[in-house]
Amino acid sequence: MMLLPAVVLLIIFSYVPMAGIIMSFQNFRLGQGIFNSAFVGLDNYRFLLSLPNTMQVLQNTIIIAVSKIIAGLIVPIIIALLLNEIRRVRFARGVQLTLYLPNFLSWVILGGILVDILSPSTGIVNQFISFLGFEPIFFLGDPRWFRTTMVVTDVWREFGWRLIIFMAALTAVDLTLYEAAIVDGAGRWKQMLHITLPSITPIIILVATLALGNVLNAGFDQIFNLYSPQVFHVGDILDTFIFRLGMADARFSLAAAAGLFRSIVSCVLISISYYLAYRFADYRIF
Amino acid sequence: MGGDGAAIPTRKLSCSAGEVTINGMLGEGIKIHYRTASRRVFETFNGIFFILLSFLCLFPVIHILAVSFSHSTPAAAGRVSVFPVDFTIAAYEYVLSDVRVLRAAWISLQRTAMGTALNMTLICLAAYPLSKERSHFRFRTVYAWFFVITILFSGGLIPWFMTIRALGLIDSIWALILPGAVPVWSTIIMMNFIRGMPKELFESAYIDGAGHFRTLLQIVLPLAKPALATLFLFAAVGHWNAWFDGMVLMNRTQNWPLQTYLQNLLFVNQATALTREEAEMMMRISNQTVRAANIFVATVPILMVYPFLQKHFVKGLVLGSVKG
Repeated sequence: MMLLPAVVLLIIFSYVPMAGIIMSFQNFRLGQGIFNSAFVGLDNYRFLLSLPNTMQVLQNTIIIAVSKIIAGLIVPIIIALLLNEIRRVRFARGVQLTLYLPNFLSWVILGGILVDILSPSTGIVNQFISFLGFEPIFFLGDPRWFRTTMVVTDVWREFGWRLIIFMAALTAVDLTLYEAAIVDGAGRWKQMLHITLPSITPIIILVATLALGNVLNAGFDQIFNLYSPQVFHVGDILDTFIFRLGMADARFSLAAAAGLFRSIVSCVLISISYYLAYRFADYRIF
Repeated sequence: MGGDGAAIPTRKLSCSAGEVTINGMLGEGIKIHYRTASRRVFETFNGIFFILLSFLCLFPVIHILAVSFSHSTPAAAGRVSVFPVDFTIAAYEYVLSDVRVLRAAWISLQRTAMGTALNMTLICLAAYPLSKERSHFRFRTVYAWFFVITILFSGGLIPWFMTIRALGLIDSIWALILPGAVPVWSTIIMMNFIRGMPKELFESAYIDGAGHFRTLLQIVLPLAKPALATLFLFAAVGHWNAWFDGMVLMNRTQNWPLQTYLQNLLFVNQATALTREEAEMMMRISNQTVRAANIFVATVPILMVYPFLQKHFVKGLVLGSVKG
C-alpha cells in the first residue's frame, strides 16, 4: 500500500511513454493523436537509415562515449594511487574535497565557464598557449579539437567523483599485506604493483562493466551546450540528433524511432553489464 | 593547557615532514623507505601535483567570481584571471535587479523545495516495503522488477514529452516535479540500507504493536539518517541543476527555472528583445561580467550546501556503488 504513489507515478511517467513507442511505427501528427495517426510499419526506420548523417551520428556517439569511458576509468585510478601516497591526511582530504567541486555544477554553468576560458581570442587558456608561442586553438569550434575537448572536460568534471570510489577501495586494503611485503624487501613501486593494484582490481572491474551501459550515452547536457553547426559532423551525437529531429523539426515519429533504437541497444548493454558485474564482482542491484 | 595541546603536534611536524605517518601500524619498516632521497623527491612532486590539480578544479569558480567583480573593459579584453581588475559590483546590481533572474530563481527554489520533499517521501514509502523479505511481502520480486525495468528501458524523449503534454502539464511547475518524482536509483540505495538493519528491531516493534507506518517513522527513518542526508542532497542538487526539462516543457519564458534561463542567456544568441534601457545597461556593464555574475548567482546555492555535501556524500556514494 505504501508502494502505491510511487507505482502510479512510475506507470504514468515511465510505462506510458514506453507504450508511446508505437509512434515510431506511425506517421504521427500532433492534430491526429496517437490513435488516429496512420500506421506505416518500418518506414521511419528505413528513412532514418537512408539519411546520410545517421551513421555519422552513431559513429560520433560511440567514439566520444567510449573515449570518455576509458579515460574516465584510467585517470581516477592513477590519481587515486597518487593520492594514496600522500601521508598527510588533512591535505589529502582537502584535495579530495576540491576535486569533486566541478561535479556539482551543471553543464550549463560549466559550459558557460568553458566557453569563456576556452575562447580563442580572450580565453585564458589560449592566452597561455599564445604566451608559449603557439597558435591559439579554437577548442569548441575546430572539428579537429572538438571531441578531445569534450572528453577532457568530461573527465575533468567526473574524475573527482569516481576518485571517491577508488579511494574507498584503497583504504580498505589490508595493511598487514604491506608489512609482509616490506619484510620481504619490496619497495614502494613493487608494493603498489603487487598489493595495491590487485587489491582494487575487483572494484575496477565492477566500475568498468557498469560503464558498459553508457556506450550510447555520450553526454547530452555537455554536448548540447557546447557544440555548434561547424562541428556537427564530429560532435553530433544520438541524443542531440534525436532532440533536434523531434523538438526543433517536429518530426516526432522519426525522433521516436531513433529514440527506440537507442533505448533498445542501451537496454541490452545495461543488462549485459549487470550480468557481467554479477558474475565477476558479485554485484547485485537488489 | 592550550599551549600544551598545541606543542605536541608542532613537535611531531618538526621532526621531519616525510616522517608523519597516518598510523602506527606500519611500524619502523616504512620509515626506511621514507628517508630515501628519491622518495622525498617523489613526495614533493606529488604534493605539488595535487596542489595544481586542486587549483584546476577550483579555477573556474574563482575565475568567474573574479570576472563578475571586474570592470567591463578588462573583462572584455580577457585581462582577468584570478583576481578582479578594477573592482566593481555593477554586474551584480544589474543581475539582482533583473526581474527575469529573480523570477527564475524563485521558480528554481520552488521546484527544488517541493521536488525534493516529494522525492524523499516517495523514496521512503517505496523503499520500506521493498526491503522486506519475500516471506513478509509476497510480491516483492515483482515490484522490485517493476522499479528496475524503468532503469533498463525508457520510451525515449519524444514519447516522454508527448505523455506530459497529453496530461496538460506543459507550462505548469508540476511538469518539473512529477515526472522525476520517483528516483529509482535512490530508492534502491535506500532499500539496501534498510535491509542492512538488524531484523530484531522490526520484530520487537511488531511485538510492541507498531504498525508498518509507525515502524517506518519511528524506527527506520531515525536509523537511516546518514542515507537520507545523502539522498536528500542528491535530489536537491539534481533539482537545482536541472535545465533540460525547463527548456522543453516550459513554453513561456516566465516559467523557466534559473538554469534554463541561464542556458538560454549563455548559449542561445538573442540580440533581440532588448529595450533601450537594457541596451544602454549592456553597454555600460558588458556581456562578460553580467554572464559571470549570472553564473555565480546560480552557483551560490551549490557552494552553500557543499560543506554538507562533502560530509555525507562520500559515505553515501560508497554505500550506493560498492555495497550495492
